[in-house]
Amino acid sequence: MSKGMRVLVIDDEPPIRKLLKVSLSAHGYEIDECATAVDGINRAAIFKPDILIIDLGLPDMDGKEVVKAIREWSQTPIIVLTVRDQEQEKIEALDAGADDYVTKPFSVGELMARMRVSLRRAAASEHEPVITCGDLVVDLVQRRVTVARREVKLTPTEYELIKILAQHRGRVLTHKQLLKAVWGTAYNEDTHYIRVYIGQLRRKIEADPTQPCHIITESGVGYRLMDH
Amino acid sequence: MNQLSKARGNLTVFLGAAPGVGKTYTMLEAAHQRLKEGYDVAVALVETHGMPETEQLLEGLPQIQTRLGYIDDRLTPELDIEAILQRKPELVLIDELAHDNIPGSRHARRFQDVEELLNAGIHVYTTLNIQHVESLNDIVTKITGFTVSKTIPDQILETAANVQLIDIPPEELLKRFKEGKIHAPPDSKDSMRKFFRLGNINALREMSLRFTARRVDKDMSAYMHKHNINGPWPAADRVMVCVSASPFSAQLIRAARRLAAGIQAELIAVHVEAPARRFPIGDSERDRVTKNMRLAEDLGAKTLTIVGENPTQEILAAACAQNVSAIVIGKPQHSRLRELWHGSLVDKLIRNSGGINIYVIQGTAEQDQHDGIRTMPKEAPLPWRHCLNGLAMITLFTLFSLYFEEKIELINIALLYQLPVVLSAFWWGRWPSYFTALCGLAAFDFLFVPPTLTFSVADIRYLWSFAIFLIIAFVIGGRTELLRHEAASARQRETSTRALYQFSREIAGIIDIDLIARHLVKQAAETIGSSVIVLLPDLSGQLSIRADSYTISDKNKPLPQNATELATAAWSFEHGQAAGRSTATMSDAMFLYIPLKTTDSIVGILGVHIQEKNVLPEEKRLIDAWTGLAAIALERVKLAEKAREAALLLESDKLRTALFNSISHELKTPLASIIGSVSTLVEAEAVYSKAARQELLETIQDGAARMERIIANLLDTARLESGMMQLKIDWCDIEDIIGTSLNRLKESTKHYSLTITMPPTIPMLKADCVLLEQVLINLIDNAMKYSPPGSTILISAVPQETAVVISVSDNGVGIPEEDLNKVFDKFYRIQQPKHISGTGLGLSICKGIVETHGGRIWAERRAGGGTRISFAIPAAEKVVIPERIV
Repeated sequence: MSKGMRVLVIDDEPPIRKLLKVSLSAHGYEIDECATAVDGINRAAIFKPDILIIDLGLPDMDGKEVVKAIREWSQTPIIVLTVRDQEQEKIEALDAGADDYVTKPFSVGELMARMRVSLRRAAASEHEPVITCGDLVVDLVQRRVTVARREVKLTPTEYELIKILAQHRGRVLTHKQLLKAVWGTAYNEDTHYIRVYIGQLRRKIEADPTQPCHIITESGVGYRLMDH
Repeated sequence: MNQLSKARGNLTVFLGAAPGVGKTYTMLEAAHQRLKEGYDVAVALVETHGMPETEQLLEGLPQIQTRLGYIDDRLTPELDIEAILQRKPELVLIDELAHDNIPGSRHARRFQDVEELLNAGIHVYTTLNIQHVESLNDIVTKITGFTVSKTIPDQILETAANVQLIDIPPEELLKRFKEGKIHAPPDSKDSMRKFFRLGNINALREMSLRFTARRVDKDMSAYMHKHNINGPWPAADRVMVCVSASPFSAQLIRAARRLAAGIQAELIAVHVEAPARRFPIGDSERDRVTKNMRLAEDLGAKTLTIVGENPTQEILAAACAQNVSAIVIGKPQHSRLRELWHGSLVDKLIRNSGGINIYVIQGTAEQDQHDGIRTMPKEAPLPWRHCLNGLAMITLFTLFSLYFEEKIELINIALLYQLPVVLSAFWWGRWPSYFTALCGLAAFDFLFVPPTLTFSVADIRYLWSFAIFLIIAFVIGGRTELLRHEAASARQRETSTRALYQFSREIAGIIDIDLIARHLVKQAAETIGSSVIVLLPDLSGQLSIRADSYTISDKNKPLPQNATELATAAWSFEHGQAAGRSTATMSDAMFLYIPLKTTDSIVGILGVHIQEKNVLPEEKRLIDAWTGLAAIALERVKLAEKAREAALLLESDKLRTALFNSISHELKTPLASIIGSVSTLVEAEAVYSKAARQELLETIQDGAARMERIIANLLDTARLESGMMQLKIDWCDIEDIIGTSLNRLKESTKHYSLTITMPPTIPMLKADCVLLEQVLINLIDNAMKYSPPGSTILISAVPQETAVVISVSDNGVGIPEEDLNKVFDKFYRIQQPKHISGTGLGLSICKGIVETHGGRIWAERRAGGGTRISFAIPAAEKVVIPERIV
């Protein structure tokens, strides 16, 4: 599916650009690259990429601002590149509209997996009736959740939570995004609600809640429903 | 000398001003004397320099063999300390104390040999020239132009039992020199000629005389103390100067200082304070005394303050006690008349001085070192209102007296009229009381003194009564007001002292400069009663207001933010002088700016809002006190900061060293494997099989991963060290943290069996989840590193009353009992398994993170072998989830 997909890389570090160009081209992507944010935003309008890879540490502009600027006129999937210990940056970029992030140093395989998820979401219709992630099946029409064909009883809040995660399966959702989707904007700071319900959900759907394989914690950022 | 102490021997030094005065000769003579007295005398080393008289004297004295050594290929005799100790005479003669021993001797210097002999209980006679005394060295150089390299410590002379000065007139010495009777090395004839000049010899002679005199004086003073003899003895001079509050005192002190310096005497400044004075000592007077005494101290004087009724006696007593030979006192400035009345202090001193010289010095008043702040007492408005009050009181008393006129005597009425006078003096001060007195008198005369209803009096004696009445009223009025003033100023002083004390106590534990500034302005504004601001320079030296406290009346007025005010403050800061209102500089400003001076710099500016054109004297006093305290407080902060910086620097220095030692190896190893593998692949990829290529690539991956870990550890350490580690506190689910940690370590945990125990009701924590996860990862990683594959690693979380304890246990190599605390130190690593790589930073990072959370971390040995590392994180309050959102 990656054949002919156009990728725009905005990163100021030549070694990273070179790595991405070589490895992504080898997988059939068409690559264009920019070293600055201003160039990148202009290029995005001309090149019309299918997906953007943006480094958060650009010299001329805050990475979040780049994401915001592009989101003003485009819904093209965006994956941001960050470094360790910048959880706040990641959250802000995600809240600004980035689809996902990859932490440097990363493997190209990991990046391409994220790209595939984002590209598929962009292509898929918004209303899939039944979502399947491995042995977990979320039936949005009947409001039914089954694990290994066994039905799981969920409270309404738990269901809302698994629903929003399932709809964005494979993607990370920040605490804020989850709170907003499930509880509404009033509970912006009350992240312990999420932690409590994620814990309950895991006990119901995970084989071993201490080592979950469906709902994965992205430390300091949010949660991701694995798309097996 | 008969009681030869088994302890230390006595040292006798024959001291001379220059070579050739006959030190050696005198010493030998003395030795002969001792020999005759029956002592066991031996000559260890005496240089006769071929002088026949000296050589003659040497005969008949037992000698100890010298040893021979080489100096510049010349055979030279040298003291043989071994031989002396073996021979152990009672008294040994050793010439030239300042001599440098030839190389290869036991000690480098001869005085060290002598010291050893003394310690061995042998008495020593030795010779020394004054120019070799350490403390006089530079003076000698200055006078003679000769640098003396061979000096001996003064302490040797000070502890010597006897110092005998050999003194001959300079002319005699020069004559001896000209006659060639003074030994000089052949190659130094020229310089010797330069040295033997009358000026040089005179100077050296005076120096040695003085030196000996000082020693003798010291001996005498010790003797006097021992035998309780009262001075003064005409010994080395001490000059005493009498200091008062008078503006002439400063000049007097300087004159006394010059006098003392001229005769090389010590200076003592004395101030006599009367315990009960007719008029209480004013603050300004007190200030001036303090200032004068400080000046004396600055000029090197010892200062004394004596409390006593009779200044003459006290001064003389002090002079005797201090063994003073001269007293400097100022020429009295007051009139002859007063002298007749009080008697003259100078006269009394001279009459009773006995052996002490009295210097009476005419002083001219010195311009008071003005700090540029004009003070002016508050212009009290004419107390008309109080006078009216007085009048009202008189009226009241008059009515009372009229009513009881029949019953009380006229004289009692007159006495009764004193009461309103006293009261008005007490309440409203002097002038209203005088006014009341006059009114009272008028009323008394008009209404009660016959003939009544006229001011005329029938009996002339009443005029006397009136006069007495007025005198009494005036005296009472004056004195009462004085008392009132005293009480008020005492109250004010007490308040300000208390405020100052409270401030200094409050700031004792604070080292935050802004907090101190805030405390300062608050307290200062309360005591001074005006708005107070503190301006401090930032790093670039730009002043800004760092703390302010405005009185209620000033709150609505514009802040001193405008250009004039800031410029004034800046000027004051730059020049170190007060500026602004009530000074000569930019007096248009609303505030008075005073620099906060410490010993070596100006740390900031104190600004005080001044209502009037000039400062009130009492205000000035308070401002002075606060300025001093503020400067000290701010300097203290600066010093504390400096100390902290120094400690940090030291710590970071240590860290740097450890980094180089530990990290360079850790970083280089993976780098070597990466570079090796990559270059292999780049150069000859085709040669290798697919499996070999894969192996090389995996090596690169492992090396890179290892480097990443090390760098991450280093960054974390640096962050913890610098205090840049900021917690992002949020709710954390421990179960989730354990799960995520294990997920991150997924690859390496495959070879171990993991057991997780945790009650389902474990409370959530308020912590930085990412950092706690890192702690856990480090601990689990460590546990795996130090235990064999296939063993069990136990992870448990236990809720306790105030904390949650999370521990990781392994069955590994274990930590030696004594090292249990050290494992959390930076770069600590268990010694045994050499093959295990690591930076030794992991646990120290864990400790840093846990302690930043207010928790603690500790290590234990497990009973069955292995280690358990646990950390406790304070528990948060219970999470309450509202029902409606369930």
